Amino acid sequence: MEKVLMKGNEAIAEAAVRGGCRFFAGYPITPQNEIPEYLSARLPEVGGTFIQSESEVSAINMIYGASAAGCRAMTSSSSPGISLKQEGISYIACGQLPCVIINMVRGGPGLGTIYPGQADYFQAVKGGGHGDYKLLVYTPATVQEAVDITYKAFDMADKYRIPVLILGDGTIGQMMEPVALPEMKDPSTFPKKDWALTGRKDRPKNIVNTLDMNPDKLEAITDRLFDVYEQIRQNDVEYEEYMCDDAETVIVAYGIVSRVAKSAVNEMRARGEKVGLFRPITVSPYPDKAIAALAEKPCVKRFFVSELSKGQMVEDVRLAVNGRKPVEFYGRTGGHVINTEELIEAIEGGKR
Amino acid sequence: MEEKVVFKRPALLENVPLHYCPGCTHGIVHRLIAETLEELGVTQENVIGVAPVGCAVFAYDYFTCDMAEAAHGRAPSVATGIKRVHPDKVVFSYQGDGDLASIGMAETVHAAARNENFTVIFINNSIYGMTGGQMAPTTLLGQYSTTSQHGRDPKLNGYPIHVSEMLSQLVGPQYIERVSTHDAAHVLQAKKAIKKAFQYQLEGKGFSMVEVLVACPTNWKMTPDKAVQYIKDEVMKFYPLGVYKDRG
Amino acid sequence: MARVIFETDRCKGCGLCVMACPKKIVHINGDVVNAIGYNPAEVTDMSQCIGCAMCATMCPDCVIEVRR
Repeated sequence: MEKVLMKGNEAIAEAAVRGGCRFFAGYPITPQNEIPEYLSARLPEVGGTFIQSESEVSAINMIYGASAAGCRAMTSSSSPGISLKQEGISYIACGQLPCVIINMVRGGPGLGTIYPGQADYFQAVKGGGHGDYKLLVYTPATVQEAVDITYKAFDMADKYRIPVLILGDGTIGQMMEPVALPEMKDPSTFPKKDWALTGRKDRPKNIVNTLDMNPDKLEAITDRLFDVYEQIRQNDVEYEEYMCDDAETVIVAYGIVSRVAKSAVNEMRARGEKVGLFRPITVSPYPDKAIAALAEKPCVKRFFVSELSKGQMVEDVRLAVNGRKPVEFYGRTGGHVINTEELIEAIEGGKR
Repeated sequence: MEEKVVFKRPALLENVPLHYCPGCTHGIVHRLIAETLEELGVTQENVIGVAPVGCAVFAYDYFTCDMAEAAHGRAPSVATGIKRVHPDKVVFSYQGDGDLASIGMAETVHAAARNENFTVIFINNSIYGMTGGQMAPTTLLGQYSTTSQHGRDPKLNGYPIHVSEMLSQLVGPQYIERVSTHDAAHVLQAKKAIKKAFQYQLEGKGFSMVEVLVACPTNWKMTPDKAVQYIKDEVMKFYPLGVYKDRG
Repeated sequence: MARVIFETDRCKGCGLCVMACPKKIVHINGDVVNAIGYNPAEVTDMSQCIGCAMCATMCPDCVIEVRR
């Protein structure tokens, strides 16, 4: 397939259109602006709708409406904006509405910085807003992977009627890489949504709602959300293992840090050190069984987690390892991206 | 001469009891929406409604058409999403004063400014009903509420918001009228306004809003007859009825 | 000959119909408690009803059907 050189944000936007997205609402925030900019031009070309909303809060509620109406819908933002969207995401999750949300994470807390970060991990994997729910969360490490995940995310969202969050970071959004773009899907071929608000004709009334004053009914809704999440856990957890077969140290990293970690593995392997990389691709549900299996291997002496945060994913690794092996951590914040030398030094004990 | 039914429950209203308090005129407005759509030939397959958070939160149970329940104040954004996906359907949001004029003010103003082609039915009863009578952005000066127990004092609580007047200053909206439900003549005027709003939507003109003054006997701590009298004597003085914008 | 039919068990006895009736023939019957615990509205002398539907126009609960 022919490859084109594209910026991560623009490649994601194009992949969304090809994946059937026909509604986008968003609010400007760096470092994700190329997504709405691109879609403002692109969506009208395919009969879709682009709205620059007055706020993140409004944007996510437009997604609620468009998704309720049966349309493949997406919004994108970056950390502070994603915080604002949490109310709507909770409603979308409870309403069992499919949608795709892009978070090009920047350093925080507060207004933070426009440089990359990974400190929205807790927010992403725990649900993020109020109440009991989980999202399906992907963490692309390359522009190509971001394209492939975005394209697939709409199918996953529709299949499970769940919001899918793509947890990128400023680097993935801003870097240019060669990508092979997938085929354009025809929305008229998508499975019909018999629950959607399309005008009540020859069927019972459809209501998209998140309120139920009957405890049994609301509990049943919550149970269904978690039944769906369990199905995803059984069928759709994704990860990559790199040189883990005989590894004594297993680095665990996702997104941009996993690429740095891969370089570190290559350099350390060249020096004869037995280092491997475990890279979660879904972080919710988390690939805990695969990490537990590594923890069972006698050759594995320790895990080393690295993130652009003060230590968030490391908690999931510790839960999966469950005390069987030591789990160490090295992280940077403030918009710093860890480089290979720094990571190797940390792994070799020079930095903590 | 054969007897004819000249007034009955409109088909767009579910045949279920409404949960509203005695003398609350929300139910009148529900009926007017259903009646006017019916008179315009809009059947349940061609209309999608959006319910608010507030006393009308269960509105999705009262209309026979497809309905969405929105988060507090977000109905204009939800309606925007629905209408843009289904431009051929009549879309309305039904919102109270706390929902529309406080937590959802930005959504309201911007949907109006974008001239979104849906209709907002704005219920102004100058109080937070569902949560128990707290001060609303529309609570009158001097009016009692559970969070302005000595009467709304502008020094402490600022001034009420005149939504119709404010939105009429925007270029976007096509039709804005304030009506009342305190007696039959005014209910018939309210019906005309709501019908016109839907008519404009059907003609593709854009954003329309009808602000309806509604009685809240429970939280005003009045009997229903005193409550409608209060609309006439006090509320309407503060919120004059009339057409605030009509781009024709 | 006009008449109104009240779905008495859904009436909340608010009395808005009483105020609306130009013929003053609707009243709240304090001797009756309906299925939902209210004193419902009723018509005293149906022969005077002109079928103007003012009562139904004001009813918040869609309790009243008008025929003529």
